Amino acid sequence: MLNSPAPLHIPDGFLNLVISLVFWAATILMVSLAISRTNKALGEKQIPLMGVMAAFIFAAQMLNFPVAGGTSGHFLGGALAAIVLGPWAGILVMTAVVSVQAVLFQDGGLLVMGANIFNMGILTAMVGFGLYRLVANGNRGLRLATAGAAAWLATMAAALLTALQLWLSGTSRLEIVFPAMMGVHALIGIGEALITVAAIGFIEQTRPDLLSIEKTADSGGRGWVIAGLVVTLLAVLISPLASGDPDGLERVADNIGFLDRGLDAPYQLLPDYTIPFLGETAISTIVAGVVGALVVFGLLILVGRNLRRGRDA
Amino acid sequence: MHAHAFDQYLYRDSFLHRLDPRVKVVGVLALILSNALLPDGSWAAFALVWLALLVANDLSRLGLWFTLRRSFVALPFALVAVSAIFSPNGTPLAEWDLGVVTLVPTNLGVIRFVSILVRSWLSVQMAILLVATTQFPDLIHAFEHLRVPRVLTTTIAFLYRYMFVLTDEVFRLIRAREARSAGLPGKKRGGSVLWRARVTGSMAGQLFLRSYERSERIYNAMIARGYTGHIRTLNPHILTNRDWLVLWAVFVLILVIQMVGWLR
Repeated sequence: MLNSPAPLHIPDGFLNLVISLVFWAATILMVSLAISRTNKALGEKQIPLMGVMAAFIFAAQMLNFPVAGGTSGHFLGGALAAIVLGPWAGILVMTAVVSVQAVLFQDGGLLVMGANIFNMGILTAMVGFGLYRLVANGNRGLRLATAGAAAWLATMAAALLTALQLWLSGTSRLEIVFPAMMGVHALIGIGEALITVAAIGFIEQTRPDLLSIEKTADSGGRGWVIAGLVVTLLAVLISPLASGDPDGLERVADNIGFLDRGLDAPYQLLPDYTIPFLGETAISTIVAGVVGALVVFGLLILVGRNLRRGRDA
Repeated sequence: MHAHAFDQYLYRDSFLHRLDPRVKVVGVLALILSNALLPDGSWAAFALVWLALLVANDLSRLGLWFTLRRSFVALPFALVAVSAIFSPNGTPLAEWDLGVVTLVPTNLGVIRFVSILVRSWLSVQMAILLVATTQFPDLIHAFEHLRVPRVLTTTIAFLYRYMFVLTDEVFRLIRAREARSAGLPGKKRGGSVLWRARVTGSMAGQLFLRSYERSERIYNAMIARGYTGHIRTLNPHILTNRDWLVLWAVFVLILVIQMVGWLR
C-alpha cells in the first residue's frame, strides 16, 4: 500500500557525502525562502493549509489506475501542488511529504533527504509552475496541455537529476542508470501527466476561483517562468549529452578495455571517463530530444482538447 | 482507519524508548553520517557498526526480527548500484560475453557495490530503530529543539495528524469507484486507459477540494479556539545526565569506527 511508485526516493548510502551536503544546502536555501514567502502571503493560515495540503499529496499518492499487465499509473503530485497552490507553497508541501516518507517509512534516507526534497519538491515546482505560469492567460485547452507537459517534464527532470546524482556519487555508471531512469520515468510521467491534467480540469470546473489568473499571478512571476524554462531546457539538452552515444553499453565495454589500470584512487567525485561533449551524435540527439518533447506536447494538446470536448458534450 | 496504521512506533519500556528524543535524533544522524564517511571495503568498521546496532537493538527490546524485516525496504534501489560492479578501475575478475556486450566485473567494482549495499543497510536499520523507539510527536519536538523552522515542524505535525483522515477519504473514493465499476465476468471493466486516467484525475481533484475545504474548516476552528500562529506543547524535554552520557558514548563510538575504518 505504501510502496513508492517511482524509484526516486534515494536511500542512505547511495549518494556520497559531498553530493548529499551540496543538495542539503540548496534545499535549505529554497525551503527557507519558501517559508518566508508563504508566510507573507498566508500569515497564520499558512500552517493549517500547508499541513492539510501535504496530507492531501500523501493520500493522493495512493490513487492509481490499472494500465496493462498488472502495472498501474501512479501519482507523485509535485507539479500539481505547485500549479494549484503556487510554487513556494508547493515546495513546502512536498518538503513535508518527502520528510515524513523518509522519517516514518524509511522511504528515502535521512542524510540524502536534501537531495530527495530537491528532486521531488523543488525541481518539480520549478518546472510545473514555471511552464504553467507561462500560459496562465491562455485558453483552457492550452493551459491543460501545458499542465500535462509540465507534469511529464517535471518527472523527467527529477529522474534526470537523480541519475546524475547517482553518477556523481560513483554509485552508478551513467550509461546504464541514465537510460534506465529516463525510460522508466517517461512512462511514469505519462500517468502523472494524465492525472494532473484531469485533476486540474476538475478543479477548474468546480472551484475556478482556486486557479484564477490573478491568483496564479500573485503566487509568482517571471522568475519562475525563467527557472522553469531553464530547467526544462537543461533537461532536454543534458539528456542526450549525458547519454553519450546510443551504443552506451558497448561503450562501457570499450571503456573497460582501454581505460583501466593505472588509475589510483578507486573513486573520485567525478569518475575518470569523460562524456563526449560535442560531436555530430550529440547535436543530433539534442534535436531528437527537442522533437520528442514537441511530440509529447502536441499529444497532450490533443488530450486536453478531447477532455474539454468530453465535458462540453 | 486506526490512527496508528502508519506508525512504526512500538510500545515498549526500554532504555532506548526512555532516552531523550534529541539524543536519539542527533545520535542516529551522526551515525549515518559516519557510515557515509567510511571508505569502501572497510569491513572491520562495518562489522563494528553492525555490532553496535545489535547492542542498540537489544537495548530497545524490539527483537532482532523487527528491524531485520523492515531493513529490506531499500533493497530494490540496489539495482541502480549494480552497474558499479563493472567499474573501469581495478583488475578484471571475469569476462561475461552476453553477445551484444562484454561485461567485465572488477575487484574494485565489486567492493564498491557491496560497500554501498552494506552502508545503506546499516543506515536504514538505524533509522528504523529511531522511529520504532520514538513517538512521532516527540520526534517532531526534537527537530524543533534542533532549530528546524517551527513552520516546517508544525506543517509536518499537521501532515501526520491528517494523513490518516485523508487516507480514509481516499479509501472512500476508491470504494465508490469500485462500487460503480461492475462488469460481466470475463469482460474488461471500465473504459480505455485514457478514460481510467481521467477518472483517477477527477478523484485527485475531488480529494484536493475536500482537503482544501477541510483545511479552511480546521483553520476557523483553530481561530475560534484562540490560535495566534503558534502551537503550544505541554511536553518539556529535559536532558538528564544519562542522556548526555549516551550522546558522548555515541561520539566516542563514531571516533572508534572511523579510526578502524581509515587506519587499516
